[in-house]
Amino acid sequence: MLYSSQAVAKPYFIAAIALFVGQILFGLIIGLQYVVGDFLFPILPFNVARMVHTHLLIVWLLLGFMGAAYFIVPEEADKELHSPKLAILLFWVFLIMVVLTLLGYLLVSYATLANLTGNRFWPTMGREYLEQPTISKLVLLIVAIGFVYNIGMTIFQGRKTVINLVLLTGLIGLAVLFLFAFYNPDNVVLGKYYRWWTIHLWFECVWLLIMAALLAFVLMKITGVARELIDKWLYVITAAVLMTGILGTGHHYYWIGTPEYWQWWGSIFSAIEPIPFFVLTVFAFTMVNIRCCEHPNKAATLWALGTAVVAFLGAGVLGFLQALAPINYYTHGTQITSAHAHLAFFGAYAMVVLTMISYAMPMLRGRAAANSHRSQVLEKWSFWLMTVSMTFIALLITTAGTLQVYWQRFVAEPLPFMAVQEKLVVFYWMREVAGLIFLIGLVVYVISFFVGGEDKGETSAGVN
Amino acid sequence: MNNIFTNAMARNTIYGSVLVILLFFVLTFGTVRTLPERVHHENITPQVVLGKAVWEQNHCVGCHTLLGEGSYYAPELGNVYQRIKHQTNETHAGPFIKAWIEIMPTDAPMRRQMPNFNLSKTELNALLAFLKWFSEINAANWPPNIEG
Ligand code: HEC
Ligand code: HEM
Ligand code: HEM
Ligand SMILES: [Fe+2]
Repeated sequence: MLYSSQAVAKPYFIAAIALFVGQILFGLIIGLQYVVGDFLFPILPFNVARMVHTHLLIVWLLLGFMGAAYFIVPEEADKELHSPKLAILLFWVFLIMVVLTLLGYLLVSYATLANLTGNRFWPTMGREYLEQPTISKLVLLIVAIGFVYNIGMTIFQGRKTVINLVLLTGLIGLAVLFLFAFYNPDNVVLGKYYRWWTIHLWFECVWLLIMAALLAFVLMKITGVARELIDKWLYVITAAVLMTGILGTGHHYYWIGTPEYWQWWGSIFSAIEPIPFFVLTVFAFTMVNIRCCEHPNKAATLWALGTAVVAFLGAGVLGFLQALAPINYYTHGTQITSAHAHLAFFGAYAMVVLTMISYAMPMLRGRAAANSHRSQVLEKWSFWLMTVSMTFIALLITTAGTLQVYWQRFVAEPLPFMAVQEKLVVFYWMREVAGLIFLIGLVVYVISFFVGGEDKGETSAGVN
Repeated sequence: MNNIFTNAMARNTIYGSVLVILLFFVLTFGTVRTLPERVHHENITPQVVLGKAVWEQNHCVGCHTLLGEGSYYAPELGNVYQRIKHQTNETHAGPFIKAWIEIMPTDAPMRRQMPNFNLSKTELNALLAFLKWFSEINAANWPPNIEG
């Protein structure tokens, strides 16, 4: 760690991991409600538990991104963070907003929550991923603006590296695109149209820029490859993300009442959307292969390579499989969608945050460069447990989805939705088992933080 | 390869995205212009608007999909009007759906449950108006069949 203000990243990372655990617990609850339909009903209906699952997912990733930015930006800009105080203040504001929102979800009915928070004056609730009360959204927006200001000022006054600029572009995009979450016109189709400007353009455009920048930073640090070369790859990845991801939004506009021409544009650009993921994978492996030094943090290297591979499988492969309009006609809004959502989210975003934590946390905790060998062994175990079980979840749900499509949408005498779901219980049970293994992996991950032993020392890496 | 493909060239590839953004705006313009006709904008009555609010404030999308977007725990509702008409052989699906929502939950053991939302008569009627309006949107022939 070069600058003391990088330490503000620590509470962000700790909170992110805590909320990640919560996300998985609720994932297991809804996974069980899929097969035991009356489990916890009516205390915790499925919709509420699901909303908690996805809400926690989004907010722990945002915490992870913010922590990562606070760690990277001072080091890259070659100066202290503009205002560490603001960073800590915003951390608490964000966390309190998250916890109050969660309590609102869990303690009162959704309709009551909407009423209490004055949703009728500015209705933004009740849409997927955008369930938060309007006031929570406003707090999130304020935190995002304050955060971008803090990061932006640091970069503005310091060294402007490519990693910092790509990261900043992603973060500004994140804040600006969030504005569309506040637009909810009476015409539901128009609302659906612009909702994707937040959701899709986050996941498949600006968050990807953030992810690429984080990965580039970690790869540069652990491989010691020259910055020039890293920059070149980052330029190409940025261009590929923007040129495919923006019009790729079209793959959400096939069947929601928008014009038919989207079937062409969406399909064409989705077909090339795997390119940035492919380049990212080649990038990660090339950098590790041509590394000039041996960094003692082997776990971080594993996470970095894993991120690239699983993101490619989850987003590039599973996403592409359902992205062409004639196929999407059958698979739209089924378990196949869910399988892609899980593997892509885990691979691209959960794993990149874990990569960053793996790299930064030892230093934030005052260790030289890496955790002890024993701690790293546990961390690598958690990597494999989580990655393999999530891959199984995706495969099981893809299979369930394929059968669902067949019985419900393909055959001459289609079966009703509920009848089809009953035929799929065996897959849902297996998903639940895989989910439990995922939870074990996560517990091992948390334990790895508490394992002592001798730290690994500094190397010649980090010349950049 | 370092000399053939310089960093400056790599950076310039990013400008290609300007074209993409322009095209995105053009297509958006086209969409916004044709939507009123595709969704029958004239049918969005105050009652439909209220129904949309009831829909959102009770978080139906946390279990159901609406034209394929939402959750995959319970049946598609974009075409529930047609489906119920088909199942019951009635000319109006309204009374059946109303009754359905009012008698929830089924409390059938092990079966997935839908809560009771204690909706008023006005809210229920508005919700139905909303679902009826929605079922008439031109969604490029989706879903593939009545089961959604
Ligand atoms: C907690 C999950 C949940 C929520 C929230 C929910 N539903 Fe349901 N809904 C279900 C389930 C599960 C079924 C299927 C029940 C069965 O077949 O036993 C269902 C069935 C239906 C059906 C019958 C569909 C058919 O094809 O037969 C209608 C209509 C319906 N819901 C409307 C609504 C509306 C309107 C809302 C919001 C006010 C809503 N639901 C909220 C879970 C939910
Ligand atoms: C990191 C990258 C990605 C993430 C996190 C991601 C996430 C998601 C999520 C969460 C959904 C579900 C949306 C909903 O609830 O309705 C979704 C849908 C979809 N994604 Fe991705 N995605 C990624 C990349 C991709 C890529 C690269 C492609 C195409 C090549 C793609 C194609 C699709 C399609 C076609 C759908 C719609 C599925 C449907 O019709 O139901 N995604 N994605
Ligand atoms: C490990 C155990 C997990 C289980 C059992 C689980 C289960 C579920 C279930 C049942 C749903 C609801 C699907 C529906 O709408 O019907 C869901 C949604 C979702 N989960 Fe998980 N989940 C788990 C872990 C994760 C992880 C690790 C991530 C991401 C990193 C994740 C991301 C999501 C997303 C993005 C959605 C929304 C999907 C969509 O709209 O298509 N989940 N999950
Ligand atoms: Fe998308």
